[in-house]
Amino acid sequence: MNQNPGVFGKKLGMTQIFGADGNVQRVTVVETGPLVVVGKRTQEKDGYSALILGLGERAERKVNKARAGAFKKANVTPKQHVKELRVAADFVAKYEVGATVKLDEIFTAGKFVDARGVTRGRGFTGVMRRWSFAGGVGSHGTHEYFRHGGSIGTNMTPGRTLPNLKMPGHYGAETVSVLGLKVARVDAEKNLLLIEGGIPGSKNSLVLIRQAVKKKTKNEK
Amino acid sequence: MHTIPKIAEIESAQLRTGLPDFRVGDTVRVHYRIVEGDKDRVQVFQGVVLKRHRAGARSTFTVRKISFNVGVERVFLSHSPRIEKVEVVAKGVVRRARLFYLRDLAGKAARVRDQKDN
Repeated sequence: MNQNPGVFGKKLGMTQIFGADGNVQRVTVVETGPLVVVGKRTQEKDGYSALILGLGERAERKVNKARAGAFKKANVTPKQHVKELRVAADFVAKYEVGATVKLDEIFTAGKFVDARGVTRGRGFTGVMRRWSFAGGVGSHGTHEYFRHGGSIGTNMTPGRTLPNLKMPGHYGAETVSVLGLKVARVDAEKNLLLIEGGIPGSKNSLVLIRQAVKKKTKNEK
Repeated sequence: MHTIPKIAEIESAQLRTGLPDFRVGDTVRVHYRIVEGDKDRVQVFQGVVLKRHRAGARSTFTVRKISFNVGVERVFLSHSPRIEKVEVVAKGVVRRARLFYLRDLAGKAARVRDQKDN
């Protein structure tokens, strides 16, 4: 499990920027803040270590009483999104409740990160789109059988369709991680993170960015 | 076309000035910096502008030339820091915004009327 330091953020969309060498980088813009520590989980008290982070403001009248109490205890304004981030104990110790997470302390341009988000929902989808099946042939007498998946099994043996067979159904709206993306730019002042490549999720969806679990820059190995 | 102000801000920081105002049909010389290993040199690409894609920081323009009887097209990013300069060699007179029909023509037929000759 990736317990590297990270942040939550809102995916704003994509654009392109010119790198130092003049080449174009296609980047996803993630707005990560201001991200405030609303609470902590510690090994001694809870059995694991984590930071509870709040993102975005929420009107006081829209907060239920249980949440409002938690915000009051932490002495912070109510937040739109509150998420727990499992991280190592030493990272938890670095932050006090009520502190703001600083982007440039966690991320550096050129380093690698992992991104997690919920992909865009596609509804009930056929096998060609969902599983990249080839579909049927367009001619040779075919009719009403162009985008089908073909056979789904044999007859008497085993006499049933095997589990996990690829068939049409609900596609998208699932949590997906993309590993080893490069950070193009860190703007701590505006709380913007520019990451090379695409990140799962629609615009304005919540994404999780962490330091990469596998991919490292050359001098880190 | 972005409507998200924060992305528009990132893009507007990359806009460059100093390029001449050229149009589709003009003949231009593009001085483009090319990096080879640790050295870089300026290469010149001269041809007719086929297309201008106007999209803020993501704008491009396409230049076509005939090199050794082979048509060569290059798409340049209008705001690329690699473009040293663009010279307008000749202004052309054309009646459409995209000159893709030039690809199907050769020799004398593939010329664009010069504004001076009008």
